[in-house]
Amino acid sequence: MIMAKAKPMDEIINEIKGFRKVLIAGCNGCVTVCEAGGMKEVELLASALRMFFMREGQEMEIGETSLTRQCDPEYNRELQESIRNYDAVVSLACGAGVQFLAEMYDNVPILPGVDTCFIGVTEEPGVWTERCQACGQCLLASTGGICPIARCSKRMANGPCGGSANGKCEVNKEIACGWQLIYDRLKQLGQLDRFEQPVDIKNWSTSRDGGPRKIIKEVSRQ
Amino acid sequence: MNTTTPSKLERILAAGHLAVTSECGPPRGCNGNVVAEKARSIGDYVDAINVTDNQTAVVRMCSLASCIRIKQMGLEPVLQMVTRDRNRIGIQSDIMGAASFDIHNILCLTGDHQSFGDHPEAANVFDMDSTQLIQTVKLMRDEGRLLSGFEMKDCPKMFIGAAENPFADPFEIRVSRLAKKVAAGAQFIQTQCIYNMDKFKRWMQGVVDRGLHEKVYILAGLTPMKGVGMAKYMKNRVPGMDVPDDIIKRLSGVPKEKQAEEGINICIEQIQELKEVKGINGFHIMAIEWEEKVPEIVERAGLYPRPRVD
Repeated sequence: MIMAKAKPMDEIINEIKGFRKVLIAGCNGCVTVCEAGGMKEVELLASALRMFFMREGQEMEIGETSLTRQCDPEYNRELQESIRNYDAVVSLACGAGVQFLAEMYDNVPILPGVDTCFIGVTEEPGVWTERCQACGQCLLASTGGICPIARCSKRMANGPCGGSANGKCEVNKEIACGWQLIYDRLKQLGQLDRFEQPVDIKNWSTSRDGGPRKIIKEVSRQ
Repeated sequence: MNTTTPSKLERILAAGHLAVTSECGPPRGCNGNVVAEKARSIGDYVDAINVTDNQTAVVRMCSLASCIRIKQMGLEPVLQMVTRDRNRIGIQSDIMGAASFDIHNILCLTGDHQSFGDHPEAANVFDMDSTQLIQTVKLMRDEGRLLSGFEMKDCPKMFIGAAENPFADPFEIRVSRLAKKVAAGAQFIQTQCIYNMDKFKRWMQGVVDRGLHEKVYILAGLTPMKGVGMAKYMKNRVPGMDVPDDIIKRLSGVPKEKQAEEGINICIEQIQELKEVKGINGFHIMAIEWEEKVPEIVERAGLYPRPRVD
């Protein structure tokens, strides 16, 4: 799932202070799960903003809504009527949702209300961590199900580097060494023979490096 | 072992001599004389001079330009190259450029993470890692091809080196990882600075048990301590460093003005002890911003004069 976190209030206030009517639009997908942009966060942000502008003595109408998803035109169309009542929209969806909404409503400023961070998991309530960088060519079969691209700070294919200490990364003691994890798992799986085989240089063209990506599934096209 | 390249370092090792290499860090500015001076001060006492590549991710004059300067002084450079700052296009291009100046040694490194350097906000590249850089140089040299498959007319003739840190975790894979670098094509290894001699010897035993010492030359890495402050800094702040407490205790046991001398003494004692360790083919003396001490260390360790292999 895509993980995001709320933008600082000051930043949002600064973006919307020139408007009179602003809609806060949440997304019931990923950002709801990571508690950054669902209906609950829409309500909290809207109340906080109303209080702020009231105290400032500035007239500001804040609307609230949340769409099933903002990465699907079907749901974004639901705003067709109501969006006309607003000068701007603060979208609490991930960067994809913000952009997709903006593509549909190109005469209304669509502003981001969250910072989109990574593809990850809910490690425990309130803790989300990265697992995937969407490189477009999954190599988890050879690394014991742990991704060296997402989990090694140097994305090494032949790690760990010389900075691995007590299972932690040299960059930060809070970060687990991805290669220690891979090694431990390969050992558990009886696949340590994979470790000594030098891994060839990767084709990054399926990753961000190859330019904006597209997937077409002919059978699903109408 | 037979030689595979015109490298003087390789010839010295192949002849069975204990090799001595050192390193010089280029300046954080454009004065090439700094490199020339450092190289001149140690040139007669070592077989080859490594030039670091933006070590600890701090921007410095480039390794390639500095190596060319050293080569033109008639000395033998080892081009250090990290994969942090260049992709496969830049890396192969720099290798060709180095080879065009008859630079015959390369040390293949991944590089410290940029978060340790003076530009922590920089993007990193890591298109490949150190093992893949070894493979790349070997491909260019032995098959005359680039990673694209393009065939070159003139190939780089480089003696391929790598680093290994016997003190990083998990310890049990460190021999295995050396084996992997050897399988990729590494011909010589310059180790991380050694302070924990027991642990290093255990690693070397593992290397010998697997017969890796017959496939790769191992140069033991040494960095003399300038004082107890440096020792503490190395212990606590430098990733992958293992400084036992008895080193700190020994340095603390002498007055401040004598600590540098004591650091040199420790380094020389280490060399003498390591000469007796099976599988050690030489020493890599990294006197950080203290290059002027290298001649003294080499001389007092009984490694001077250097052999001639021309």
